[in-house]
Amino acid sequence: MAGAFASRRLQRELPKLQATTSPGIKLVSATDLQEWLIDIQVMDSAHPLYAGQTYRLRFRFSGKYPIEAPEVMFIRATAASCWDQKPRSIPMHPHIYSNGIICLDLLDKAGWSPVQNVESVSMSLQSMLAGNYKNERPEGDEVFVRTNTQRPRDVNFEFHDDDC
Amino acid sequence: MDSEDEFMSGASSGDDFANIEDSDDDFDNEDQDLGFSQDKDIVRTSKKSYEVDFEVLGPSQIQLQQDVQIKDVADVLGQPPEAAAILLRHLRWNREKLFDRYMENQASLLDEVGLEEDASHTPSTKKIPDFECEICMSGDSDVETYALKCGHRYCVDCYTQYLASKIRDDGEAARIQCPTSGCKRIVDSKSLTFLVEDNLKSRYRELINRTYVDDMENLKWCPAPECIYAISCSVRKKDLAKIVPTVTCECKHPFCFGCAHEDHQPCPCSLIKKWIQKCEDDSETAHWISANTKECPKCQSTIEKNGGCNHMTCRKCKHEFCWMCMGLWSEHGTSWYNCNRFEEKSGNDARDAQAKSRQSLERYLHYYNRYANHDQSNRLEKDNFAKTEKKMTLLQNQSGMSWIEVQFLETAAKTLQECRQTLKWTYAFAFYLARNNDTIMFEDNQKDLELATENLSEMFEQPVEQLSAKKLDILNKNTYCSQRRVTLLSDTAELLKRGKWTFNISLD
Ligand SMILES: [Zn+2]
Ligand SMILES: [Zn+2]
Ligand SMILES: [Zn+2]
Ligand SMILES: [Zn+2]
Repeated sequence: MAGAFASRRLQRELPKLQATTSPGIKLVSATDLQEWLIDIQVMDSAHPLYAGQTYRLRFRFSGKYPIEAPEVMFIRATAASCWDQKPRSIPMHPHIYSNGIICLDLLDKAGWSPVQNVESVSMSLQSMLAGNYKNERPEGDEVFVRTNTQRPRDVNFEFHDDDC
Repeated sequence: MDSEDEFMSGASSGDDFANIEDSDDDFDNEDQDLGFSQDKDIVRTSKKSYEVDFEVLGPSQIQLQQDVQIKDVADVLGQPPEAAAILLRHLRWNREKLFDRYMENQASLLDEVGLEEDASHTPSTKKIPDFECEICMSGDSDVETYALKCGHRYCVDCYTQYLASKIRDDGEAARIQCPTSGCKRIVDSKSLTFLVEDNLKSRYRELINRTYVDDMENLKWCPAPECIYAISCSVRKKDLAKIVPTVTCECKHPFCFGCAHEDHQPCPCSLIKKWIQKCEDDSETAHWISANTKECPKCQSTIEKNGGCNHMTCRKCKHEFCWMCMGLWSEHGTSWYNCNRFEEKSGNDARDAQAKSRQSLERYLHYYNRYANHDQSNRLEKDNFAKTEKKMTLLQNQSGMSWIEVQFLETAAKTLQECRQTLKWTYAFAFYLARNNDTIMFEDNQKDLELATENLSEMFEQPVEQLSAKKLDILNKNTYCSQRRVTLLSDTAELLKRGKWTFNISLD
């Protein structure tokens, strides 16, 4: 349930996002002020991992957004449900678990800044993909995916390296 | 109780505070003799080898310590106290490091914490023509705005909400940064008090105090829920292989200064950590042991344990046995008694891997069984605390004794708890102990304490009608029990300090 503060802020963001000129970022749905879907693409057409692929991000906002970070993760989608008739999968990345949960300090409560917004977060994730050439999952992915029952926000990630 | 009185006398009042400026140096000196034994304080000459010096600090004393250090640093640097406070908190109260950094490059350090030259300015809000705040993405020329020295400006409402969330939800205080992503500017306490509502200011102060204690290596919070006291003790991490620093808070909660766990004398911190982990890993194997019911080894009828005493008598067949080893009770307390000792089988028996692993499981279960039993007895006896009061009232009515005269029951209940707790941890200790000449002494001490405790426990659980006649017996047993505990703890601590124990696992 988005509070008045979050609603006002999201209502300001929405038109800007709908009119965005950032390449590779597309607002898919924002039917309410609680959950938005964004499609992102890596613009490097020669990228060995992500060229030609589209990935889907799900943003969920609490009433305290943007003071509190949104919950952001990659989600799967069937081809039939997508505007380009192509399925969405979870991108292979050493900081993205196979259930879509992302380990990124800017989404963590200590690293989050209320100046960030949906578009800036999408761009950060876009460049996080663009800069990666490792075709692998985080260490302990299998166990984490099997045992994690927490919301992404409540997972206590340790940020071992700077490019996490 | 004797031991308790001594603990409390160690928790001296605020007299030492005048010396706080020298505290760093004192700690360093004490490091050399591990901060125990050689004690200048005459009152504490009777201190036992397993006891450590410590001091209990209340909220005002914690505040005072900070104020003294802030004033000291402010005087040396010629900075206002607010600035000195920010600098100290920023460098985690490390004065030496602060002076070094300050001498090295004053401007860059002040800049780093958002102080620069004129730290004495008063915060104020500002209206900016056509202002748009990046947090709420709105604004106009009428809205009040605020910025730290970094110049990142937001409307006051947004700033206040941001700070409130950091303080209330994230429990941050001393190192809250500017809302701008990547800006490391720290929100100084002046700005903070200027911006946040009154109801958050006390929480902020509390958190600032929290971080002070967290930042100081010689201070620890009492882990009892809601407790407001902290303990000051000079035992450091590197000393923990040589001493188990049990301290007792003003709230009466005894705990380990090294690891904040319950009092786990005589077992060193690193061993209890390993032991608890092992018990968790093997919890299924050992699950049946912690059950409150077992079968009588003779007639197989179900027997429930409802007190701490391990001397069981089957209601049905009157068979007397030991709850821990299920052996005949009549053999306990005689030279046949070996309930506490694990008999290693000779090498021949354990030739193949399977036999070896069976033996190592048996060995573990032997110690776990006894550990879990004392733990269980301890819990049952704690539950019985309310019953003890009832017993005391009952005894008073039946015997015509005064309230003072029935206090011996409470004393006995306390002794039982202490002894159970010690016994429990002796089994974790013994599990990791490698055999040498001193092991026998340890096991003898353990056996003596265990027998004394079981005897006291049995007397204590007698029907009230018999208690008044047994008062002297119970008092004597109680004294004997306490003495056995002191002996075990002193002997074990002495050898630990001298590095004489060998363990079958590394102590780090
Ligand atoms: Zn604002
Ligand atoms: Zn800033
Ligand atoms: Zn306490
Ligand atoms: Zn400890």
